[in-house]
Order: sequence, then structure tokens, then C-alpha cells
Amino acid sequence: MNTSQIITLIVGLIAIGFIVWWFFGKHKEAVGQSTVVNDEQSARIVVKGGYSPSTVVLKKGVPAEVNFDMQDSTACLSHVVFEQLGVNEDLTKQKVTTVKIPTDKAATYNFACGMDMFHGKVIVK
Amino acid sequence: MKLSNIQRFWISFILSIPMLIQMLAMPFHWMMPGYNWIALVTTTIIMAISAAPYWSSAIAAFKKHSANMNTLVAAGTAVAYFYSIFAMFTNRPVYFESAAFVTVFVLLGDAMEEKMHDNASNALSKLMGLQAKDAAVLKDGKFVKVPLDQVQVGDLIRVKPGEKIPVDGEITEGTTTLDESMVTGESMPVVKQVGDTVVGSTINSNGTITFKATKVGADTMLAQIVDLVKKAQTSHAPIQNLTDKISNIFVPAVLIIAILTFMIWYSFLGATAVQAMLFAVSVIVIACPCALGLATPTALMVGTARSAKMGVLIKNGEVLQEVSDLNTVVFDKTGTITVGKPEVTDIVGDQAEVLAIAASVEELSEHPLATAIIKKAEAEDIKTKKVNDFEAIEGKGVKADYNGQTAFVGSNRLLVDIDISREMMNHANELQNQAKTVVYVGLSGEIIGLIAIQDTPKPSSKQAITELKERGLKTVMLTGDNEKVAQAIASEVGIDQVIAGVLPNEKAHHIQKLQANGDKVAFVGDGINDAPALSTADVGIAMGSGTDIAIDSGGIVLVQNDLRGVVRALDISKKTFNRIKLNLFWALIYNTIGIPIAAGLFVGVGLTLSPELAGLAMAFSSVSVVGSSLLLNKTKIAGAN
Repeated sequence: MNTSQIITLIVGLIAIGFIVWWFFGKHKEAVGQSTVVNDEQSARIVVKGGYSPSTVVLKKGVPAEVNFDMQDSTACLSHVVFEQLGVNEDLTKQKVTTVKIPTDKAATYNFACGMDMFHGKVIVK
Repeated sequence: MKLSNIQRFWISFILSIPMLIQMLAMPFHWMMPGYNWIALVTTTIIMAISAAPYWSSAIAAFKKHSANMNTLVAAGTAVAYFYSIFAMFTNRPVYFESAAFVTVFVLLGDAMEEKMHDNASNALSKLMGLQAKDAAVLKDGKFVKVPLDQVQVGDLIRVKPGEKIPVDGEITEGTTTLDESMVTGESMPVVKQVGDTVVGSTINSNGTITFKATKVGADTMLAQIVDLVKKAQTSHAPIQNLTDKISNIFVPAVLIIAILTFMIWYSFLGATAVQAMLFAVSVIVIACPCALGLATPTALMVGTARSAKMGVLIKNGEVLQEVSDLNTVVFDKTGTITVGKPEVTDIVGDQAEVLAIAASVEELSEHPLATAIIKKAEAEDIKTKKVNDFEAIEGKGVKADYNGQTAFVGSNRLLVDIDISREMMNHANELQNQAKTVVYVGLSGEIIGLIAIQDTPKPSSKQAITELKERGLKTVMLTGDNEKVAQAIASEVGIDQVIAGVLPNEKAHHIQKLQANGDKVAFVGDGINDAPALSTADVGIAMGSGTDIAIDSGGIVLVQNDLRGVVRALDISKKTFNRIKLNLFWALIYNTIGIPIAAGLFVGVGLTLSPELAGLAMAFSSVSVVGSSLLLNKTKIAGAN
């Protein structure tokens, strides 16, 4: 085995180690709050390579909407699906897509992209 | 300027034509003059307009510690592109075409998938588009056209021949035939007269009717059907849990496999860095998990929309999965197998007296048999008397004070405390053998007469049960009725097993008993008292004529009150679920075979995949899964046109 082969081996192993740590390790997720204006609350989620923030907390009892701001132009994140609410919205048709969230009771609504690769949740409490 | 995927595809495709020509000319040893420079310029433009979105999405995902198909596309194209630039300035062979073709194919896959996805979800908007735009509402003595959203409950609405019924309601004037196929799936027109209910968006064919609106806006049947189907389309099937788990680790795992591929080829097998890189890039490109992610949602979407068109509403993906394991179907008798409108056929004893007592006592009862007795009394012009101390004896009958004496009406369970003459007993047996339900009428501790009531099976029940048996399912009838009556009806329609004499609150218990024997049970019912059984059964099928509670507890709702709907429901559920399994199978097979080939495992037998071919295979796999789901629209379903 020559030097470049050995170096490749070492660099490869380090890269694998990094991938495992980066993707499977524990990392903190950002949690977003809604802003209340005129007795209505809204939260903004930027869609770009995922959802930021991926968790949004809403107040119970205040009419709420979550605005998805689409900044990703690949097909992967083109739809957002709220399974429990029966919502399946195409985000590519307009810049910002609004989803109304029922806030009459405390609940957690999960959402995901059309292929179920990216996940997020809206917590009403 | 924002370009759509399909526009990006065409621009990239045209730009990649010179590289395509060079690739085809390669075997003839012809080199395009200045090829490297042409390839550099065209590929750079392709990367800038088509690959850059994948890169930026991948980088954003990477920062959030997540990876997806974009990560794979970005890694594959970036490696090929930047290596080629390096190679060009160090006078080595370039691989611009790999980066360009992979991008073109991925875009093609995305664009086609988007188009098919739109097709699949279109069915639902078509359903909603069936609604009338306005309604002729009676205002100050005149019928005025008002927009649909301004129609209110209680409005009187006129519908002329050829027009659509705007909202749900009850006919107050006129007779007509309606085409209800868009809601019930039944192609035969239905005759409607005063007092009958009409459903919004059905088509009035020959008569003019006036009806009172009972449900508008989101409460109409069509709106509720659309809502139900929407929820079903976005629901999860438990089989998906597998893919959810895989998708979380899939992409990082593929990246690791790609690095290993490079390391092994370069460090152990002595391949050149370029060869090792091409293997690694192929692995990254072919492994897109799109097909896996699309397998279930697209099939669910097509399957539930198609079934809704046939009058079968499937609530969610879980139900679909349960249906595939069923081996027993349990039916409620009254209103499910039978018409549900019992009629008095015989009266034993003093006709007038028996009927008068029975009708007087039953007037306060809500039992379907009571309705039959009261109708008969009305038809015979027999006046009922007011009774006191009315009391229902759960599952047995009712009793009340009639002219100072205790009168009672009920089933043979009442006979525990009361004597009956041998003659009456013989009469009762005879009637029961004719599939007639016998109601005992007593006064002061003595049976004074019998009323025989018959509820005939629906004309379609026999055919439906035959078809279920052909599919290898055991059919069971559950009824509160007497054993003999139940047997007689069961043999008429071909039911395998009868569980008779069941109290209303025991239905769920009997379902549990069947389940305890290891049977997977579907229960078909319609009444309020069926709700517990509907939710206990593995699959609850609520009949359309049923109450709201029954519909809430069912996993499948039949819009039409016809047992053949059960056959359809089971057929389409099975077909949809099988399609999901097929899709998942192909998606998994594609990856398990594709990755090793791309990694160069089969170089020994001359089988390799260049990055371009890997890109094509990946695009093809997504498109074929969506296409396979769309084929559900064409499969044969029992009773479908």
C-alpha cells in the first residue's frame, strides 16, 4: 500500500466518523413561537432544506395560522402534509402558503413533506 | 426569474446535447474540437440553473443535521463537476457529462413525478367541482338565483330538469328522478317524491322539485365526503413505519457506503482515483430513496379517491391494511341484510284487541318493530288508548298500564314469567319458520295474541354474500331476533353462521369472542347500537343510511345502503394495499440491487453503472412507482363501471 492509499484510508475513516456524528448524534432543535396580533396568532416556517424552525408552539384558544415560506426550489419539499388535519398543500404554487391550525384544544399536529422525509410539528398548548 | 422544473429540464437538456453527441461519437474515435471547453461552459450553466437549487437545499439541510435525496444529488453532481474542472487544468480526462446528465435525469424524474402527483390529487378537486354554482331560492314569493354560499338552512329551493341539486334537503313539492351516481356510485336513476331526501351535487333529470335545505356549506354530504377522503389521502398506513425508519438513516448510510466504495477501490483494489470516484458517484446517485417515500402516499391517494367515486369512503391507510387480513364478515340483520322496514304479516288472536293493545303500548317505543305495529294499526283504523307507567324492559320488550291492567309486548324472553298456551306456541313456531319475527302480546299475566312481523332481505344481499364467500370469507349474522327467524333469513341469503338472540349491548362482546378465536373480523352495521361493535371489529363498515354515530365509528363508510358496497370496499382496499406492497417491494429491490451494482461489486461479470445510467435509473424508479399507483384507477373492481 502506498502513501496516497493510506492517506485515503485515513481521510475516508475520518469522513465516515464525521457523518455518523453529524447526522446521528444528538443536536438541539430550534423551537419557534407564534406572534399574536389582534387576537390572531401566526408563525412563520422557512422551507429550505428542511423546516426552520421545525417545531412551532401555539397558544390554545387563539385562532392560528402557520405560514410556510418556500425558499427551496427542488421537488423534495414541494408539498407539506398535516396527516391529522387532512391538509396536503402544494407550496410551489405561491411564495407563502398559509395553513390554519385549530387551537380549540391542546394537541400536537405533525407535518411532513410529501415523501415523509422531513418532519416537523405544531404544538398547541 | 423562477424556473419550473420542466423549464429547467429543457434548458439543461438542450445544453447537454453537445456532450451527448460526443458520447455517441466516442466509439468512432472522433473528438469534437475544443470539447473540454464546450463541456465546461455548458455544464457550468447547467450546474448554475439546475444543480444549484439542489446544492443550496442540501447545504441548508446539512446545517440542520439532516440529509435527503437532495444531499445525494448535490454530492454526486458536485463531485463530478469540481473534479472535472480540476482534471481539465491538470490535463486529465474530464467527466463533465456525468454531472450534466445526472442533473438532467433527476430533473426529468422530478418534473414527471410532479405532473403525475398532480394527476393523482386532481380526483378530489373534481369531486368538489361537481357542486352547483348557485341556487334558485324562494324570496318574497319569487325564486331568485343566489350564490351557493348564501343558501341557508330552511331555504326553499327550486330545481328544474337538468339542473344540479345545490345543497342537501328534503323535497316539499314535486316528483322527479335523480342521478345520484356521483355520490353513491349507483348508476341507476332514483325516483324521489315529497318527503324524500336529496343530496347536493346530484343531477335532477326529468321533474321540477322544490325542497327545503337541511344541510349547507361544510355540513353537506359532498363536503363531508371530500373532507373524509382528504384525511384518508394524507393518512399513514402502518406498513409505512418501516420506510419512515429507513428514511431517517438512509442518506447518511449511502454517503458512508460511497466513501467505503472509494476507499476499497482505491486503497485495496488498486483502482485509479478516477475509477474509484466514478463508482462512488454512481452509488450516491442511484440511491435516491424517492421511490420508497412515494410508494405508499401515491397509492393511498389514488385508491381512496377511486373508491370515493364508487360510494365507498375509506377513512385511512390503517383500515386498508386491516382489510387484507380479514377472514370473517359479521352482519347486523335489520337494515343491513334486510330492508329495515318491517311489516306486520299475521295476527293471531282477536285481531282488533291484540292490535289495539300492542299499538297503544308500543306508541312510546322507538323500536323498529313498534313502528311496524303502529303502521298496521293506522292502516286498520284502530284507535290507540293512552297508557300509563310505560316501561321498557331492555332487550325483552315493553310494558304499560292499559285500562288498569298490565299489558306487555315483547319477545319470547318475556315468556320466562308468563304462561303461554300450547296452541299459541305452535302458531309461534310456524310463523318463525317462515322467517317472521313473532311479537307476544299479553294482558294481566296471560298471552292473548301474537303479531308476526317480517323484514325482507334486500334484493342485493344474496348476491353480495355469495360474492364474499367466493372470496373465501366466512359470513356471520348477528341479530337480536329469534333463532328460527334468523336461520330462515340466513338460509335465504346464504349466510354461513347465525348468532341469534343477541341483546343490543352484547354485539361488541360477540365480535370480541370471534376475535378471541383468532378471526379477523369486519362488522357491517348501521344503527346507533352498532357503534360499539363497529369500533370493536378489526374493520367497521358503516352503512350509508346509518346514523352519524355509526358513521363516526366505522373505518369504511358505504354511501349507498347496499351490501354489494361491502364487496367493493373489500376489493378496492385489498387492491390498494397490494399496490402499496408491490410499490414498496420494487422500491426496495431497486435499491438493494442498484447500490451493489453501482459500487462495482459485479465488475467481474462486466456489470457496471456509470453515474449517468445511475441517474436515469433513479428517475425511472420514482416515475414507475407513481405510474404503478395511477394504474389503480384502471384495475377491475367488483361492480365498478
